[in-house]
Amino acid sequence: MPHGAELELVRLGRTFGSTAAVDGLDLEVDRGEVLTLLGPSGCGKTTALRLVAGFEVPDEGSVRFRGQDVTAWSPRRRGFGMVFQNYALFPHLDVFENVAFGLRCRSVGDSEIRRRVGRVLTLVDLPEHGERPVQQLSGGQQQRVALARALAIEPPLLLLDEPLSNLDAALRERTRTELRRLIKELDITALFVTHDQEEAFDLADRVAVMRSGRLRQVGKPEELYDAPADAFVAGFVGRANRLPVRLEREDGGGRVARLPDGTVWPLPVTAAGREGGRGPAPDEVGAELWVRPEDLELRPWAPESAGREVLAGKVVDRRFRGAVTTYRIDAREAGVLEVNGHRDAAAPGDRVGLAPARGAAMHLFGAGTDAPPGGWPDEGGEGEEPETESARGGRGES
Amino acid sequence: MARAEGGPEAGAGGAGSRRLTWLLAAPVLVVLVWLVVYPNLVVLGRSLVGPGGFTLSAYHDFFTTRAELEAAWSSLWISAASVFLCALVGVPLAFLFARYEFPGRKVFGALAALPVLLPPLVGVIAFLFLFGGSGIFTRIVQRLLGMSSPPWELQGAPAILLVHAYTMYVYFYLFVRAGLSRLDEGALEAAESLGAGRWTIFRRVTLPLLTPSLSAAALLVFMTSMASFSAPYVFGGGFRVLTTQIYASKLSGSLPLAMVETVVLAGVSLAFLWVLRRLERGREFASVGKGTAARRHRITSGWARWGLAAAGAGGVTFLLLPHLTLLLVSFVPQGTWTTQILPHRFNLASYAGLASDPGLLQPILNSLEMAALATAANLLLCFVAAWLVVRRRFRGRGLLRVLLVLPWALPGTVIALGLATTFSVDRPALGRFLLVGTFWILPLAYFIRNTPLVAQAAVASFRQFDPTLEDAARSLGAGWATIMRRVALPLVLPGLAAGGTLAFVTALGEFVASILLYTHSTRPISIEILAQLRAFDFGKATALGVVLAVLVGGAFAVGGRWLQRGELLGG
Repeated sequence: MPHGAELELVRLGRTFGSTAAVDGLDLEVDRGEVLTLLGPSGCGKTTALRLVAGFEVPDEGSVRFRGQDVTAWSPRRRGFGMVFQNYALFPHLDVFENVAFGLRCRSVGDSEIRRRVGRVLTLVDLPEHGERPVQQLSGGQQQRVALARALAIEPPLLLLDEPLSNLDAALRERTRTELRRLIKELDITALFVTHDQEEAFDLADRVAVMRSGRLRQVGKPEELYDAPADAFVAGFVGRANRLPVRLEREDGGGRVARLPDGTVWPLPVTAAGREGGRGPAPDEVGAELWVRPEDLELRPWAPESAGREVLAGKVVDRRFRGAVTTYRIDAREAGVLEVNGHRDAAAPGDRVGLAPARGAAMHLFGAGTDAPPGGWPDEGGEGEEPETESARGGRGES
Repeated sequence: MARAEGGPEAGAGGAGSRRLTWLLAAPVLVVLVWLVVYPNLVVLGRSLVGPGGFTLSAYHDFFTTRAELEAAWSSLWISAASVFLCALVGVPLAFLFARYEFPGRKVFGALAALPVLLPPLVGVIAFLFLFGGSGIFTRIVQRLLGMSSPPWELQGAPAILLVHAYTMYVYFYLFVRAGLSRLDEGALEAAESLGAGRWTIFRRVTLPLLTPSLSAAALLVFMTSMASFSAPYVFGGGFRVLTTQIYASKLSGSLPLAMVETVVLAGVSLAFLWVLRRLERGREFASVGKGTAARRHRITSGWARWGLAAAGAGGVTFLLLPHLTLLLVSFVPQGTWTTQILPHRFNLASYAGLASDPGLLQPILNSLEMAALATAANLLLCFVAAWLVVRRRFRGRGLLRVLLVLPWALPGTVIALGLATTFSVDRPALGRFLLVGTFWILPLAYFIRNTPLVAQAAVASFRQFDPTLEDAARSLGAGWATIMRRVALPLVLPGLAAGGTLAFVTALGEFVASILLYTHSTRPISIEILAQLRAFDFGKATALGVVLAVLVGGAFAVGGRWLQRGELLGG
């Protein structure tokens, strides 16, 4: 969206007691863009959203909207529409009056209110529900009323605080699609908070990953997935296997990673090209290689190839997930790895070989990084991240 | 999740909103300090000042006079004994109605809570006609035993205790019933499955889980007994307690002594409150899981079923007997009920008298007007104060919370004497105005006494509603006034109205503070009842009592739906 930055957060900080909920947050949202703040609970994303809304006042930094500093503005003056996690519908008002609330605050005339409320209720597909008390609505309907209420004031910026987290899985996915369509149709700039990576990817043009009050990476979903800036992002966005490796330089000059059992995997060319002296030294012991389950390949067991490029292992578990089937492979010293494969590539108990798929993306991080593959990182560690390096293979043709 | 994610702090923040907070908090704090704290400081000051400046002579008098020390001691042991007796009546009743299913359970269960609605003075008067020297019950016993004089006089400590037990068991009944209904049946079943017998379950599980309810009820009964004035005043005879001593000292003009007595009474009340709060700390039991609702034991055996029903009905009838007596006596023409067990002639003369005599109608109108005024002020102040306490974080919030409960801990007599002392001179520079002898002093007293009641209801309602609703309104462009009017007020209205109803009803029948502060032209109903009683016009006295009870009932009928929603009356 080449409109230029609509919303700018400049070194935004907010501390509660001794905890920095938001710490030096710099972020830009372009006009018409949907940006998602993604992170685990307690990462400060909701506080960031409340700072933008004006419910919280930052200790430092500023919020700028359309070039104006709105940091000291009340939420009312900002006029950003907000959808709350629990919807915050007024229980004493019916659907119509809930949606009309913001318009009444703006002293809009009665006939105009009827027209505009009617329009947004149609937009969210609840045209006949105006007189219903909000308690009688289903969760999905309440969510849509909350959205309609925020849209009715025709806000220049829409803020959404985990608006789908109270819906059941099937409804959540359907609502997600609807929400995306609606926001794009109305060409609204939106800031969206969620802890659900799938939701973030589904809805957003760009995703900002936060942890412990700080921004870790901003980018398109593909960028985050293919080139995570650090181990936390790599672990939070999708699943990844984590292999302790030693980096070595081959005779030809290319870099390779030696796995604990001696298997040597060549690192993609780009990894070497990106090195630039910042990465771990080739002989350094403590490096970790991160590989996503779909970037590994199951091979039939062949003793003669073992140790060269193929890691030996045994299938311990096979989980059919529809589009893919995930195998868990016990690779002894290398740990238990997850690999995606065909639905009948192997059966539990089979001995198999594991190797990087063609054009696989592999990421190299310093040892002791903070996110276990696929799991939520724990919230304890606040210290500086170890130096990280992203090693990325060309995934062009696959 | 850290509170960074918008927990209880939600809605706080903003430089402008800080100004708003103080704009609201400052007047509320000033009013409360001026009306709640300041009069007590004036009393304290006066108790330490004699003609020649600072002196402890009044304290010396107090602590060397046998009668005074006796009164203080009596106040204490009467209160302790009242707690015991009330528990003895209230707890079994609560178990009976909460845990067993039998015919008539609902009706009698509701009736058992009735005495809480009736003004204490009305209950006390009713006792006179039932158990007094010439009361109905007394005469029955006298006739049965063939005695020539009444078997007892309703006087002194036993009489006071009887009245206390009769009127205050309700606190135990309501609190324990509410506690039982919150009890997790799963915990009891778990104990049973672990092999505990009935008695063990009761002792090791039920009772500990009920501790919060029991100690809350005990505190309430103790404080109410400590502050009790009507019963010792009417039945005391030569028996002295602190409240009646204050009144007597004030009437006889020994003001320094009245001040000291007031200071002692306030001190004891506050000290007891403080000790109990300390003991209570950390004893709140939150249910761990969701729990299962308590189930009632359906009594299947026929005779046990009807036995329980009879016990319930009988017990409740006995407890309501005084009020029925009141109704009965109000229909008795003056002078027709002399030596008979039951009056035999009835008419509506007393009520006709009320309607025709402006002197009898006036107190009713006075009470209605003063109670309405005080309640309106309560609602306004407590709405704002509760919002501040629940939604804002500011220096002075702790003080505000204390000020909102303090009048509850202070006996009515203490508050009244504070007002009588502080507002008997006109020194605007010191914040003292001449209000004693004017219309305004009684509404002011009612307002102070009922502030905790309304504040508690308002705070509870604000706690119940989700603060993000206020955020939502703000994000939609509503200013503070709009949020209050269109979101907060409609949502806290049920709780606020429930608190207001209770406050109005309490003010309507108020007696303790009134007797120290009233003037003839502004006398409330309670004072007129007493006057009629003194004139031996029992018909008119009881008729006034009945009118008062009807007004109270009417207020509850209007406010009842809010009371139910506010769950102030428990089960």
